Amino acid sequence: MATAAVTRPGLTSTGPARAGRRRGRGLLVGLAVAIGVVIFWEGAKFLGGTPWRAPLAQPGSPVLWNPPFRWAFANDLNLPHVWNILLTFGQPFQRGADQTVAEYLFGAALYTWREAFLGFLLGTSIGLILATVFVHSRLLERALVPYVVASQTIPIIALAPMITYAFGGSLAAVVVIATYLTFFPVTIAMIRGLRSLDPRALELTRSYAASRWQVYRKLRLPASLPYLFTALKIAATASIVGAIIGESPGGIADGLGRVILTFNQYYITGPEKLWAAIIASGLLGIAFFLLIRGVELAVLRGRPGAADG
Amino acid sequence: MTASSPAPVVRIAGVDKTFGRGDRVVTKALEAIDLDIARGEFVSLIGPSGCGKSTLLRIVGDLTSPSTGTVQVNGKSAEQARRDRDYGMVFQAPVLFDWRTVEDNVKLPLEILGYDAARRTARAREMLELVELGDFLKHHPFQLSGGMQQRVAIARALAFEPAILLMDEPFGALDEMTRERMNGEVLRIWEQTGTTILFVTHSIPEAVFLSTRVVVMSARPGRITKIVNVDLPRPRTDDTREERRYFELVTEVREALRAGGGDLDDSGTIDGMDAASMERTIAEGAVG
Repeated sequence: MATAAVTRPGLTSTGPARAGRRRGRGLLVGLAVAIGVVIFWEGAKFLGGTPWRAPLAQPGSPVLWNPPFRWAFANDLNLPHVWNILLTFGQPFQRGADQTVAEYLFGAALYTWREAFLGFLLGTSIGLILATVFVHSRLLERALVPYVVASQTIPIIALAPMITYAFGGSLAAVVVIATYLTFFPVTIAMIRGLRSLDPRALELTRSYAASRWQVYRKLRLPASLPYLFTALKIAATASIVGAIIGESPGGIADGLGRVILTFNQYYITGPEKLWAAIIASGLLGIAFFLLIRGVELAVLRGRPGAADG
Repeated sequence: MTASSPAPVVRIAGVDKTFGRGDRVVTKALEAIDLDIARGEFVSLIGPSGCGKSTLLRIVGDLTSPSTGTVQVNGKSAEQARRDRDYGMVFQAPVLFDWRTVEDNVKLPLEILGYDAARRTARAREMLELVELGDFLKHHPFQLSGGMQQRVAIARALAFEPAILLMDEPFGALDEMTRERMNGEVLRIWEQTGTTILFVTHSIPEAVFLSTRVVVMSARPGRITKIVNVDLPRPRTDDTREERRYFELVTEVREALRAGGGDLDDSGTIDGMDAASMERTIAEGAVG
C-alpha cells in the first residue's frame, strides 16, 4: 500500500525499466495462477466429474471420457467445463436471440458500471466531506464516527429492499446503495490521510499565518492522496457489488444484477451462463480498479512509492 | 540593516514557562528569562537537554505561549509578529513535501502570502541560488541528501524575508562534516542577507563558530546562566576553528554549561521534540 511520508531522505526512485520488468513478471505469475486453477478444475472433473462429451454437446452425444469417480462438486452442474464456460460467451444469450452472451453481458456490465460510477462519485464526495469535517472537529468526529462504522455493520441485502422501496424501484435506489458502500472506506481512509502531515508541518504553516483552507488545500489534501487512492480502489470494487445487489430487488432489467438473477433461475439447464456472468462481474470490477489505478499513477507521478500501490 | 535602530528585534522579558494541568505544575521549563536580540545579531541558545531552549525559541515564534512574561518582536506581540510573517522557521527535520519539487517547496510560503506567480518564481530561484541549489529546482526532496534538504528548508524560510530566522537545531541530524559545511553556509547566508538569527543547538563548537552571542542555559528549570560575547573576527572560515581565541571561547561556554549543571552529552533531540510533544500529550490528557 502507498504510504504518505512527509520526508523520506535517502529513498531512491524506481527506474521505469525496472518497474516495467516487475509488472511483466507480475502478469506472468498471474497467468500461471489462472492456468493452475484451470488444471485443478479440469483435473477434478477428469477424476470425478460427469462423463466428458464434446464441447457444448447435447446430453445424448457420445461419451469421450468416463471418469473413475463421481464427485458431486465436480459434476457438470456445479463445475461446468472451462471451455464450455468460455464457449458460452459466443452463444445466443437466450433461445432465438440475436445477441450473444458476451454482447449481452457487456451491455449489462456497462449499464451496471454507470450506476456504480454514479454511486462511487457520490460516495467519494460524501466520504471526503465527512472526513474533512471530522479532521477539523474532534467533537463531531467522536460523536459521529461510531454511526459511520455502525452503518457498515447492517447487511446490505437487508437494506437494499428498503432503499429500493423508498425510491420506487428506480435507478436512484441502485445509486444510493452503491453510494452507501463507497462512502465508508473513503471516510475512514481520509480521516487518516488528512491527518498524515508531520506535526511540524502544521507549525510551519502556523508560522506563515496560513488559513485553515490554505493548509487544507496546499498540504492536507495533497498529503492525503495516497490514502485517498487506496480507499478509491476499495470503493471502486465495492460500488460494483453495491450496484449488482441494488439491481436485484428493483425492476432494473438492464444490469448485471438482473442477468445474474435470470441465469440463476436457468442454472439447471445452463450453468455456464451464470459462470459467464460471474466472470463478467469480476472483469468489470477489475476494469474499474485498473481505471482508478491508472488515475493514481498519473496523479501521484514523481512521488516516492507511487508505483508500489 | 539599519544600524541606527536602538530598539531590539526581539525583547524577551520575565518569561516563565510551566507545563501543567489545571493548577498543577508538571514541569517548570523556563524561569525568569530576559533577553534582547538586536537587529542583525546571530544568537545561539545552548544548554543541556531539557533546559527549555527549544521551548524558548517556540515562545519567541508564537508556537506556544509563555506562562508569564512577554515577548516583543519589532515592538509587537509575538502573535502579531507571527501574523505579520516576521518569522522564518527551520526545524531539525527539513519538513519538505515530497509531492512538490524543490522549487515548489520554496514557493509554498510565497503562495500562502499571496505573491504573484512571477514574483514567486523569481524569489524561489534567488533563494535556491543563495543556498547553492540552483541546479536542483526540479528535483524532488527525496532525491536530495540530508544536508541539501536542510538547505532547501533554509531557502524556504528566507524566501519571504522574515524579520528573524528561528532555527531549532537545524543541523542536529547531520554528520559532523556536513554540519561544519552547513555552518559555513549559514554564516555566508547570514552575512549576505543581514537577517537576525536565533539558533538553538547542542553543539558548543557550532554555537561559538556561528554566533555573535552565545546564551548559556541551565538545566530544568531553564535559566540563562551566562551570555558569552563571541569576539572572533569575521569572516569566519575553517581556520577560525583553529584559532586560540576560538578554543578559549569554547572553553568558556563549556565551563558555563558545567556550572549550570545538567548533562550536555545527553543524546540528541529531547528538547526540540519534547517541548512540542509534551504539550500535545498534556493537551490530550495523557499526563497528570
